[in-house]
Amino acid sequence: MLSRRVFIKSGAAAMIAVGFAPSFLARAAAAAGSRKKLLIAIFQRGAVDGLNMVVPHGESEYYRARPTIAIAKPGTTDGALDLDGFFGLHPRMAPFKPLWDRGDLAIVHATGSPDTTRSHFDAQDYMESATPGIKSTHDGWLNRYLAASGLMDRNPLRGVALTQQMPRSLQGAAPALAMGSAGEFTVADMGARASFEEIYDAAKDRTLHGTAAEAFDAMKMLAKNTTSAYSPSNGAQYPRTPFGQALQEIARLAKSEVGLEVAFAESTQWDHHVNEGSSQGQIANRLDDFSRGVAALAHDLGDRMADTVILTMSEFGRAVAENGSRGTDHGHGNAMFVIGGGVKGHQVYGKWPGLGVDERFEGRDLAVTTDFRVVFNEVLGKHLAAKPEALAKVFPGFSATSNLKLF
Amino acid sequence: MFRTLALVLLLAGLGNREPGTGNESQTGSRIPDPGSRQAPDDQILHVLNRLTYGPRPGDVERVRAMGMQKWIETQLTPSGIDDRTIEARLARLETLTLDSQTIQRDYAAPAMLERRQRKAAAGQNADADAPMRGPVSEAIKKDRAVLTDLEEAKLLRAVYSERQLEEVLVDFWFNHFNVFAGKGATRNYVSEYERDAIRPYVLGNFRQMLGATAKSPAMLFYLDNWLSSAANARARGRSNGINENYARELLELHTLGVDGGYTQQDIVNIARAFTGWSMQPRQGSGFMFLAPRHDRGEKIVLGHTIKAGGGLDDGERVLDIVAAHPSTAKHIATKLVVRFVNDNPPAALVDRVARRFTATNGDLREVMKALLSSPEFLSADAYRAKVKTPIEFVASALRATGADVRTALPLARTLKDMGMQPYFCQPPTGYDETATTWVSAGALVSRMNFAVDLSKNAIRGVRVPLKEEETVALKIGSPEFQRQ
Repeated sequence: MLSRRVFIKSGAAAMIAVGFAPSFLARAAAAAGSRKKLLIAIFQRGAVDGLNMVVPHGESEYYRARPTIAIAKPGTTDGALDLDGFFGLHPRMAPFKPLWDRGDLAIVHATGSPDTTRSHFDAQDYMESATPGIKSTHDGWLNRYLAASGLMDRNPLRGVALTQQMPRSLQGAAPALAMGSAGEFTVADMGARASFEEIYDAAKDRTLHGTAAEAFDAMKMLAKNTTSAYSPSNGAQYPRTPFGQALQEIARLAKSEVGLEVAFAESTQWDHHVNEGSSQGQIANRLDDFSRGVAALAHDLGDRMADTVILTMSEFGRAVAENGSRGTDHGHGNAMFVIGGGVKGHQVYGKWPGLGVDERFEGRDLAVTTDFRVVFNEVLGKHLAAKPEALAKVFPGFSATSNLKLF
Repeated sequence: MFRTLALVLLLAGLGNREPGTGNESQTGSRIPDPGSRQAPDDQILHVLNRLTYGPRPGDVERVRAMGMQKWIETQLTPSGIDDRTIEARLARLETLTLDSQTIQRDYAAPAMLERRQRKAAAGQNADADAPMRGPVSEAIKKDRAVLTDLEEAKLLRAVYSERQLEEVLVDFWFNHFNVFAGKGATRNYVSEYERDAIRPYVLGNFRQMLGATAKSPAMLFYLDNWLSSAANARARGRSNGINENYARELLELHTLGVDGGYTQQDIVNIARAFTGWSMQPRQGSGFMFLAPRHDRGEKIVLGHTIKAGGGLDDGERVLDIVAAHPSTAKHIATKLVVRFVNDNPPAALVDRVARRFTATNGDLREVMKALLSSPEFLSADAYRAKVKTPIEFVASALRATGADVRTALPLARTLKDMGMQPYFCQPPTGYDETATTWVSAGALVSRMNFAVDLSKNAIRGVRVPLKEEETVALKIGSPEFQRQ
């Protein structure tokens, strides 16, 4: 270990400022008795093909438009897992079936953005800022929620992304963290750590000063509340993939009472322009990882799922018809999953627009009948009990005129 | 001892002052104030920070001795710079000079065969997530070297090449025309792609680079155009109908930009124009035009009519149209200004650089000259306004400490952990170059740990010749060192 004294000595004495004791530590400790509600947002980056994820097997047009990649009807070999006689899950999403059967899983179909862009980047940006069509929005919807609902709470572990980069959804003024894993989130050399804390605290560089303060606060909190080894409860088995490991880290944080309220993870590689596959193949393998991961998380959280909602999203859907290379090009409407003990599950929400050519958006894509902000708004309002004034700040210029009654 | 002092001196020069506007909330455009003009050495440091992967001990003095403008001119003509040192360091990386066909035949194919055999032997009960068991064979090792050679070369060049601006620009343009080595066979083409489609043009002509990327096996495979066919083409096998992937990213990312003024119909027509632009992955072939797949009908693209009956030149015509489009000049200018000047690009500078792009038909050396000779580039607002990306941070730390890198693979692993593994950016957008993406608590903690490890010589294959490890760790992990 490098000696702290030497560090301070060589680290330009002028930089040393008065140390601070984070007062949120005491508050968070006091709050630990009453369990917080938790929202876990999962972004499927790359635009998952919602029509092969939640399959409208009751639509003959679905089979006409997708001669080689459609998921077969329920009851046939490798067929969809029937949900309600019209929709079914992709067969590799079997881990979701018990959640559906228990009534913990709701689906919103034909949901998406009022903006019509088919650019991955813009559509992700619009969904994460929750201001479709407006590029100048600086912060993300989850950060605005944190800011609007807990102005006094500076605990950076209220909002945590298990990602290497801070996702747009959590960027903004409220404290929030992005980290690869909770276990590695430390500077093990205590001498160096103390010196770094001092020089960052003294730094005039506001961006880095603020981010570092959050980092050191979180480190202290994590050191106090987590152990190095984690074993999932209830025999939950996460996929040994980056996505599975990120979800396991979320469970670990959720159980360690550090004040986690909003968590974020991402699942990647959904952009299947070529050889998408059907019940087998690329999308099947990605859905396997996705559904095993999410189901393991729900399983691991156990009775905490009563206070938890897992919300999944993707920037847009894919064209109804398959393209010339047995894949799908960029489309519009898509499906979202809402999972939790308080969710009125076992139901597919939203008005189904149909897949006939005349019913499609621009003659090619699943139309959007539910603005994604209706779902976001309801999750924040009902699950996290955000007040109307807070919701107005999270969704500027938008007031939800419809209510899906997901809760 | 000399280096220690040099380092301290170097970093002390950066000072603990407020950076330029960057993403800070300072408002209003500040009028350049003669009183706040930087000292000449500060200007040299600024130029070294932006045009290189960070100053080495002694660089400021060397640039001062040569004269800053002369040094910039030298960097703008990299072929005139003696770079034998880096060539010697790269000599052991044997796959760097191979073509895609050789890599496919001698590296990828034998490894694929072996993986198949192992999978078959493991049978149905194999755990899908489990890593492959058993000792790593020669074939697999050889195949892995295709990517590790590239990653090593990238880091070694960033640290040791004397043609620093060229390396920075290769990084910029590869990222602009990003391909993802993790998508199937793309990995076999990346070496050739960077070497033959990007590097020769970074200070050359934009239209030529655009054409080279459009015809490269890497891009044809990564953005799927190799399969795109006319709707009723009697093509063999699975291709029957267009694939829009390349056409969309060509407009959105490579040329006009997302707000550049195009429609879904333009994308469909451009995809039709590129039908038949193909390659054969199993042979590791280069570009091929497959005439039977080509849509010979008339296409209207961005208001230009491409007459029916064309072939290969339909695609060339599209590239001409988009390369000359005013939105492309603006898009490229904006990205360059963000990379070299400020995350919030000054509009007047973007306009000037875009005009130079248009006036010179995309001569990128002239475009860079316009950018680097601008008052905005040397303005107080630009000074230290950029936060380093992970590769800029790691490479600049190695340069500042005079590190000796014997193997760069552990460093590539560091970059992966920091979210910026070279050649592995999955979306076609490439890695973001702005602070909002790279400033996070997790990133800062990783950087502090890297600084400590580097100072203790705890990174395998890397030796820092310094004795005062505390000073080194503290400087590399400091707020000042995160900026450039």
